[in-house]
Amino acid sequence: MSIEVSLAHNFGAFALDARFSILQPGVTALFGPSGAGKTSIINAIAGTFRPQQGRIVIDGRPVFDSVQSLWLSPRARRTGYVFQDARLFPHMTVRDNLLFGWRRARTRAAAGEIERIVALLGLEHLEQRMPRALSGGEKSRVGLGRALLSSPDILLLDEPLAALDAQRRQEILPYLEKLRDEARLPMLYVSHALDEVARLAHQIVILKDGHVARQGSVFDVLSDIELPAFAGSLGAVIETKIGRRRADGLSGLDFDGGTLLVQELNRPQGTVLRVRIRAEEIMLALEEPRTISANNVLLMSVLGVRHDSATHADVQLLCGRTRLVARITRASLERLALAAGKPAFAIIKSVTVDTQMTPQID
Amino acid sequence: MPEILTPAESEALLLSLRVSAVAVFAALPFAFAAALFLARTQFFGKTLVDGLIHVPLVLPPVAIGFLLLTIFGTRAGLGAWLLAHFGIRFVFSWTGAALASAIITFPFQVRAIRLALEGADKGLNEAAETLGAAWWDRLVNITLPLAFPGILAGVITAFAASLGEFGAIITFVANIPGQTRTLPLAIYTALQAPGGEAEAARLSVLAILLALIFMTLAEIVSRRARQTT
Repeated sequence: MSIEVSLAHNFGAFALDARFSILQPGVTALFGPSGAGKTSIINAIAGTFRPQQGRIVIDGRPVFDSVQSLWLSPRARRTGYVFQDARLFPHMTVRDNLLFGWRRARTRAAAGEIERIVALLGLEHLEQRMPRALSGGEKSRVGLGRALLSSPDILLLDEPLAALDAQRRQEILPYLEKLRDEARLPMLYVSHALDEVARLAHQIVILKDGHVARQGSVFDVLSDIELPAFAGSLGAVIETKIGRRRADGLSGLDFDGGTLLVQELNRPQGTVLRVRIRAEEIMLALEEPRTISANNVLLMSVLGVRHDSATHADVQLLCGRTRLVARITRASLERLALAAGKPAFAIIKSVTVDTQMTPQID
Repeated sequence: MPEILTPAESEALLLSLRVSAVAVFAALPFAFAAALFLARTQFFGKTLVDGLIHVPLVLPPVAIGFLLLTIFGTRAGLGAWLLAHFGIRFVFSWTGAALASAIITFPFQVRAIRLALEGADKGLNEAAETLGAAWWDRLVNITLPLAFPGILAGVITAFAASLGEFGAIITFVANIPGQTRTLPLAIYTALQAPGGEAEAARLSVLAILLALIFMTLAEIVSRRARQTT
């Protein structure tokens, strides 16, 4: 599975000139502030927007090539598009919405697949309803199911959670995670919310003003102190596995380089979890503090320091093969004289345990 | 028919309804095609085509009647050809009245259908396309059902407008009782006769009632259209 995208389009006030390729399966986040060109890019992939120049190849099949004047219509592309506003057909039942693409697919998924996806998305009781009788979250799930059932080669999600309030968002995220882990479908996920990206994505493409500012694995990019400031709050994402049961009411999360202690999790040993540690949640010390309430004191080495801000500095740390970032004040940086290569103790007070993820996807 | 109308009056009423119904439904496919064309395409001179379609709205109906007479008159041109080959004759016949009404009310239909088509969400059309629906599939299964209430409102409005057509009908197909004497022509005829004011008044009240009924219906339909989409 691969996607190659290279686009150039002049909108007048704004020029899109983006180039990236995705070679791994899994979820790729297209991340950036509003107006960075994210939606134009996935519209170009879906075929609803034709850029002036470029080339798009989905799984070895060119769908757009301006040099050869090649332009496949959206219906010939086999992309599943999940719209921000769901775009359910208001005059059809949920069931007919779900089956709209399935009935028109060249290679139809087996009938059993319908019930499996209906169950996966928890839509069993909604099938006979009309879209106007659904909540925002339910609409999103139906939109997702409809796209999935059209047997797409790739799933394009345009901020599927942006129209929802925080509570609904938490309601949908687990479905997206299940989908990521069970559907085995490459997903391109447009978002401007870093927490969603941190939970869902394997790869991340950061867009800024129509250009690709950064691309890489979510673990590398989110722990990078050179990450552009617009990316919001800094914080590394690390992959962990629940260790054996402890007696002290804590759970140990093993990662490459050590173990994180968090409040007890009711999940079986060996479960792979993705956790996010915000840069502000890490304190640094030169000597090991022995009497301290924080449960996590990790010996790490400083990889680099970014101190172009007047008030704070970002410190990138390495432990095993795991990277973290800490944000400290300028004053602290100077007092500790931190520099690349120096050892430091990272004191982590709280850890956001974000999500469960399957280990197979790499 | 109730006794409040004389046989001649009820004849005029029924003829009016028939002429308008035939006019509106015969014009509908053409109006739909024109509206679809205007709603979906961009080309040089579109404004001119749009203007041409709306011409009957502002042209004196008498002029349209005269124009139809020159085209469909049986002595020459299209009219003679139609009569010779198909036995179709528009002049002095109720079908001619329907043709005149259809042309006069054509812009009403095109305008309403076009608005309804344009109002049918483009995003839904796009969604259908990414799900594999071809253009005719999207037209039949997405655009038409969504535009249907708007189209219905347009048809009713055109029907109501058609009931009032006078100038084009009297010029093109004359004023023949039972054949081309629709309600407005009957009112005119009553006024021409001495002492016909009472009859004209009755027929006018009838015309007002009909207009009210159909305009209210059109309003209800279009309000419902706004609610459901």
